[in-house]
Amino acid sequence: MKRSTKRRARQGGLYVVLAAVVVFLALSLDWTKIHDNFWAPGLGGNWHDFIFTGLKNTVVFTAIAFAGGLVLALVLALMKLSPVAPYRWIATIYIEIFRGLPALVTILLMAFAVPIAFGWHVPGGAIGAGLVGLILVAGAYMAETLRAGLQAVPKGQAEAARSLGMGPARTLIHIVIPQAIRIVIPPLTNEFVLLVKDTSLLSFAGAAIGQRELTNVARDFMTSGDTAGTGTSLTQVAILYLIISLPLTRLVAWLEKRQQRAR
Amino acid sequence: MTDVNPPTAAIHVSKLHKYFDKLEVLKGIDFQVDAGQVVCVIGPSGSGKSTLLRCVNRLEEPTSGQILVEGIDITDPETDLEQVRTRIGMVFQQFNLFPHMTVLQNLCIAQRTVKRRSKAEAIEIARATLAKVGLAEKEAAYPAHLSGGQQQRVAIARALSMDPDMMLFDEPTSALDPELVGDVLEIMKQLAAEGMTMMVVTHEMGFAREVGDKLVFMDGGVIVEEGDPREVLANPRHERTRAFLSKVL
Repeated sequence: MKRSTKRRARQGGLYVVLAAVVVFLALSLDWTKIHDNFWAPGLGGNWHDFIFTGLKNTVVFTAIAFAGGLVLALVLALMKLSPVAPYRWIATIYIEIFRGLPALVTILLMAFAVPIAFGWHVPGGAIGAGLVGLILVAGAYMAETLRAGLQAVPKGQAEAARSLGMGPARTLIHIVIPQAIRIVIPPLTNEFVLLVKDTSLLSFAGAAIGQRELTNVARDFMTSGDTAGTGTSLTQVAILYLIISLPLTRLVAWLEKRQQRAR
Repeated sequence: MTDVNPPTAAIHVSKLHKYFDKLEVLKGIDFQVDAGQVVCVIGPSGSGKSTLLRCVNRLEEPTSGQILVEGIDITDPETDLEQVRTRIGMVFQQFNLFPHMTVLQNLCIAQRTVKRRSKAEAIEIARATLAKVGLAEKEAAYPAHLSGGQQQRVAIARALSMDPDMMLFDEPTSALDPELVGDVLEIMKQLAAEGMTMMVVTHEMGFAREVGDKLVFMDGGVIVEEGDPREVLANPRHERTRAFLSKVL
């Protein structure tokens, strides 16, 4: 047998195996049971109202966590690049701690222990405090991204600005940060997608009805109504998450490709 | 030699030492540039010539010694460094134009933020200096769309738009394709002819001979020899100068 014929025969074999597995699964699975658990009818008339509120809250929580995290991250990144050593130590310790902890642990600690222990009143109650927890985590991750971006701007840029008499703050604001932003847009978009998904952790933070985001709403409908005990509400929410995150991940891929071409 | 530090000295460097960690790159430099003078500094790579230039506007921190710029001690922590730097224009080997700004914005940013000039005034001065370097029609272009020679001429215009009293050039033509060197040198000659005080680290011996008032040869962190450029280039007194010139000429 010629070599190409052999290869074609082997590939043909792989297709046969694949087809056999698909046919086997299709015949052996209990399709009614699957349908009833993932796509059962009877979510109820108020489902759409709740899911709309949930979607709105997911978007709002993501936006708050991203904006807050970004400000925190910029402070941490500048601290990490500070000539004053203790600032660098503090930033490093902070980043290591909040990247080392599971995000859910941080959120739960913020939601249930910290406000009581320190007597803080966080707007929004437990969910507001949990959101602060998410900001703390997001800040730690984005700080490393921003630090790398700031360091990627060539040293000569700051030197040129300083030689023109611009001070350290003006140099940073007018020269270094605008160039760093271009570098960090793709990785920050990635962080944004991660945050969209991480807002689901806030469903453990004890939210009032109007404060619940997508996952929390889905969990309500898993325990009440006609679809209780099935994953139907989760399936619908899962589709919504994909509708949000898939275009964003495609956007990241496009941005990265464009940046590589620009170099 | 009674008057070693006349009030006219644009740059006066004495007993300058500079260490990078344990490596001593400047080993006690005494050096002067008078107002209106063009001083060229030559020497092999690693001789400390760029470090000396960068110490003059304190992009490098001197380890010890004194640097006076128009009589102001820039090594004194009390000195307003930003104020002094506005009087010293600097041109880099790699141009260092701001890539996120147009040519006009490159020329205006420091005028606006440091000199506090009005937008109209900054633009007027920027256009005048751009015309001077022959790039008036490029004001809306971004640096990436200019040739190396054009970028360096914009960088010179950017420094000039701050009305500096003196200009520092750090190997301004070393990163350029050979056919683009001439345009940049032409601008520098024109500046020298107008009486600009200039300190030029360069490998362009022709420029040094033709335009320079003084030539300084550095090697191993010290000034080996200095004097009239024609004299030093034709009859170098030191063996090290001779060895270097025989390689580059």
